[in-house]
Amino acid sequence: MNIEHLVKMANQIGDFFRSYPDHEQAKKDIASHLTRFWAPQMRQQILDYVAETPDTGLHPLVLSAIREYVKVKSAKSEA
Amino acid sequence: MDKQADYGTPASRVTDRQVTLEIDGKSITVAAGTSIMHAAVEAGISIPKLCATDSLEPFGSCRLCLVEVEGRRGYPASCTTPVDEGLKVHTQTPKLADIRRGVMELYISDHPLDCLTCSANGDCELQDMAGAVGLREVRYGYDGSNHLDAEKDVSNPYFQFDASKCIVCSRCVRACEETQGTFALTISGRGFDSKVAAGNFDNFLESECVSCGACVAACPTATLMEKTVIDHGQPEHSVITTCAYCGVGCSFRAEMKGEQVVRMVPDKNGGANHGHSCVKGRFAWGYATHRDRITTPMIRKSIKDPWQEVSWEEAISYAASELKRIQAKHGRNSIGAITSSRCTNEETYLVQKLVRAAFGNNNVDTCARVCHSPTGYGLKQTLGESAGTQTFDSVMKSDVIMVIGANPTDGHPVFGSQMKRRLREGAKLIIADPREIDLVSGPHVQADYHLKLRPGTNVALITAMAHVVVTEGLVDEEFVRSRCEWDSFEYWSEFVAQPEHSPEAMQAATGVPAADVRAAARLFATDGNAAIYYGLGVTEHSQGSTMVMGIANLAMATGNIGREGVGVNPLRGQNNVQGSCDMGSFPHEFPGYRHVSDDATRALFEAAWGRPLDNEPGLRIPNMLDFAIDGSFKALYCEGEDIAQSDPNTQHVTHALSSMECVIVQDLFLNETAMYAHVFLPGCSFLEKSGTFTNAERRISPVRRVMTPKNGYEDWQVTAMLSEALGYPMPYRHASEIMDEIARLTPTFHGVSFKRLEELGSIQWPCNEQHPTGTPIMHVDEFVRGKGRFMVTEYVPTSEKVNAKYPLILTTGRILSQYNVGAQTRRTDNVAWHPEDQVEIHPHDAEDRGIQDGDWVGITSRAGNTVQRARISERVQPGVIYTTFHHPESGANVITTDNSDWATNCPEFKVTAVEVTRVTQLSEWQRNYQEFSDEQIALAQQRDEARVE
Ligand code: SF4
Ligand code: SF4
Ligand code: SF4
Ligand code: FES
Repeated sequence: MNIEHLVKMANQIGDFFRSYPDHEQAKKDIASHLTRFWAPQMRQQILDYVAETPDTGLHPLVLSAIREYVKVKSAKSEA
Repeated sequence: MDKQADYGTPASRVTDRQVTLEIDGKSITVAAGTSIMHAAVEAGISIPKLCATDSLEPFGSCRLCLVEVEGRRGYPASCTTPVDEGLKVHTQTPKLADIRRGVMELYISDHPLDCLTCSANGDCELQDMAGAVGLREVRYGYDGSNHLDAEKDVSNPYFQFDASKCIVCSRCVRACEETQGTFALTISGRGFDSKVAAGNFDNFLESECVSCGACVAACPTATLMEKTVIDHGQPEHSVITTCAYCGVGCSFRAEMKGEQVVRMVPDKNGGANHGHSCVKGRFAWGYATHRDRITTPMIRKSIKDPWQEVSWEEAISYAASELKRIQAKHGRNSIGAITSSRCTNEETYLVQKLVRAAFGNNNVDTCARVCHSPTGYGLKQTLGESAGTQTFDSVMKSDVIMVIGANPTDGHPVFGSQMKRRLREGAKLIIADPREIDLVSGPHVQADYHLKLRPGTNVALITAMAHVVVTEGLVDEEFVRSRCEWDSFEYWSEFVAQPEHSPEAMQAATGVPAADVRAAARLFATDGNAAIYYGLGVTEHSQGSTMVMGIANLAMATGNIGREGVGVNPLRGQNNVQGSCDMGSFPHEFPGYRHVSDDATRALFEAAWGRPLDNEPGLRIPNMLDFAIDGSFKALYCEGEDIAQSDPNTQHVTHALSSMECVIVQDLFLNETAMYAHVFLPGCSFLEKSGTFTNAERRISPVRRVMTPKNGYEDWQVTAMLSEALGYPMPYRHASEIMDEIARLTPTFHGVSFKRLEELGSIQWPCNEQHPTGTPIMHVDEFVRGKGRFMVTEYVPTSEKVNAKYPLILTTGRILSQYNVGAQTRRTDNVAWHPEDQVEIHPHDAEDRGIQDGDWVGITSRAGNTVQRARISERVQPGVIYTTFHHPESGANVITTDNSDWATNCPEFKVTAVEVTRVTQLSEWQRNYQEFSDEQIALAQQRDEARVE
């Protein structure tokens, strides 16, 4: 999927949770939103992008939310 | 055919006092305020009547219903006289018989005596009354002046007005006022010259009439008559079913002659509509038998190939083999499915089951993605349940009604009429809408405040209203303390109280005068029961979900939730938006809104379905399209939805569709999406299948089969056949067995079954052990999530910004006579009212650009351009233009972008930066579209030719 599109969507999610005072909680909420609503392919793509790209265009809070909390669970096998 | 009982006058509204009286020697106890006529019918006694009918207030004009009351002088009209304790009423005496015969004689002397050939023969109250009063002779001849040569008005495509048969009872005039609220009809002239007229207009079609049919239903004679009855004769049996158009979910009696529908009559017992209807459900059902319908399956290798008609077995096995081949080659996640809110609950349930159990992934989505997905998200976060909180009837107890981003008189007409009734009784009205919708100012309805905000600034407005409520001490603190999370309230109230959220500070963004916002907020918070009704003008924004939460916040802060007259009411667009969401059509959740990662829920479904299920969310529609263009999403099963017309950025959608290896479309018609399909599975209309729809008030209503499916199978059977071919049999024998499974696996549906629906008529979920007859009002003692949660709603302007190149904002909407992509309504006479989509533009903007009414204008956005005819209108504000998307060739969605709601990816249909210019020819997209569409129609026609050979 177009990475700029993913970055934009992730930042939009950040825009919502950013207004909460507890930034640690906001990061968890952002990550939880990504985990609950984004398909694993999309999360994997943004994780790869964050790992490879120095200047991601992601809001710092979103960036650390992804770095610290987003995982692609080992889903049930492809079988 | 059994007729619906007519009590002559509406039931009394008094609930706490009973009165006992005697009618013709029978003792009867009824509610105080009941008319003698109504009480008589309850006692099994019918009093002759003509001007009275129980959908209308009594009028007392025909004098046929006179009775004698012991101890009272004269002969009171039973329709206008209320019961009293101890009354002794006589309905049949020699004197009364005399009077009635005299009345009837006068009527009949000016009435054509062509009963045998009259279209109402067998269904005419005048005829019935002549019989009832024993009329045997008419002493006055036809020699005097009469109306027998009066002209017929056949301008309305669905009903005619034959003035020669009119008895001037004014039931039609009153129906148009009281039931519909349009006030299109008048009685012109006096005495002998009085006649029914369509206002000051020449005929019905040109008049204010919206063709709801209320007058036709109320007319006791053949004067106002459905043309289908004139053509086919009186029906002989009827079946109760549910309208397949909008989210009001009106109940109808399909009146039949064998397998032919003669007319659809709104059902008086319908919980959502109480006997009223709109032009779509009442009249626009002819598409079901339209010649464009495709009833034989078709396949083709490539979209450049002609279609080939095949047997069902062949089509299904080809579709299944393609899905298997693609999964083997591109992986389990390379296929998915989309359902529509036009499908029944049972159908959408089955498709998500097919995807999760047979496809082995969670790539299932539904068109609610592009309309009300933010409602699901926002209400779940705040109140704990993804659904509206009220019944429609609740509005009759509202003191303040706030309508945000919805146009009920066009989008939800029957509810719009009910709302207007309440407004005529004196409820206050606040409208927040960029455009002047009909409710702002109409006959006997005037909005107290029209907050004409700029598109895309809803959140700024609702937060500013909350600011007023909090800073002016208007919070219902007792409610908040007992019912809501106090921490979340404290943080939220601190946030909204900040000066930057005041109406004055927000005015720059919203364009709404601060004083109006303050006054509206005060009215909402202090004037009694306040209810919010909202539509896609709330959800289809980049902050759609935030706005839904903002609405819930306001309702909670002012204590306006959990009883009649208040609440948060999403007006769902299509008939089964609520149901398709309830049925687990979203990629991240099972039926009943339970997340796929929840181990206990998954275990439940794994046990029931006998397959391991994925614990990760699947792809949403826009994600499927993006991955199709990337090359990893290769096949789509699309039931009942037309994404190539309804979804934003058409060129992106068609690019994605043409990138797939197998597109399977199940539909009535070769729709826009089907032009990109490889397998076409014919679907059937709501008249040809059994199932249920769930309306905007969570009301589950039965859909009953009244004719054999023209394609051979009900839609759920087609899904089951596909599943079986994929190696996952679904051995249901009837749609009711699917509902039984839904009920077993979904706590809010535990008590629902077809049998129970038969008994109760309809059921509002939750329906289970705690609520055996359903739940009209939600969150009564506590919220579904326990305590209500306030969410902070920071206004974030959309990234779709106007600039010098795109200086105007385009916003899209719907009109009354057409429905969604128009595939159904365009194939009916409703085109008489809306033959094409047009773009509304403010006179100032038009003048700046040299545009005149009726000119062709090009509309260009960052996504594409199209051409439509301009309509100059002050309904829109300067800087904003407005169009509809009911016709594919008008390309409204060629212009809309893929900007979307942050939480749900619901597209921002309501805000697109554009420029308009005068043009002389269609846009390049339109020319290409025409060419492609002609080519596809030719490829379909080749199939006809092959069949002939
Ligand atoms: S069809 Fe409806 S709107 Fe038209 S005149 Fe009759 S009641 Fe009024
Ligand atoms: S058109 Fe029908 S309802 Fe209206 S006044 Fe005439 S008879 Fe009565
Ligand atoms: S379209 Fe809506 S309002 Fe009209 S009849 Fe159908 S359900 Fe009722
Ligand atoms: S029915 Fe009572 S006066 Fe006409």
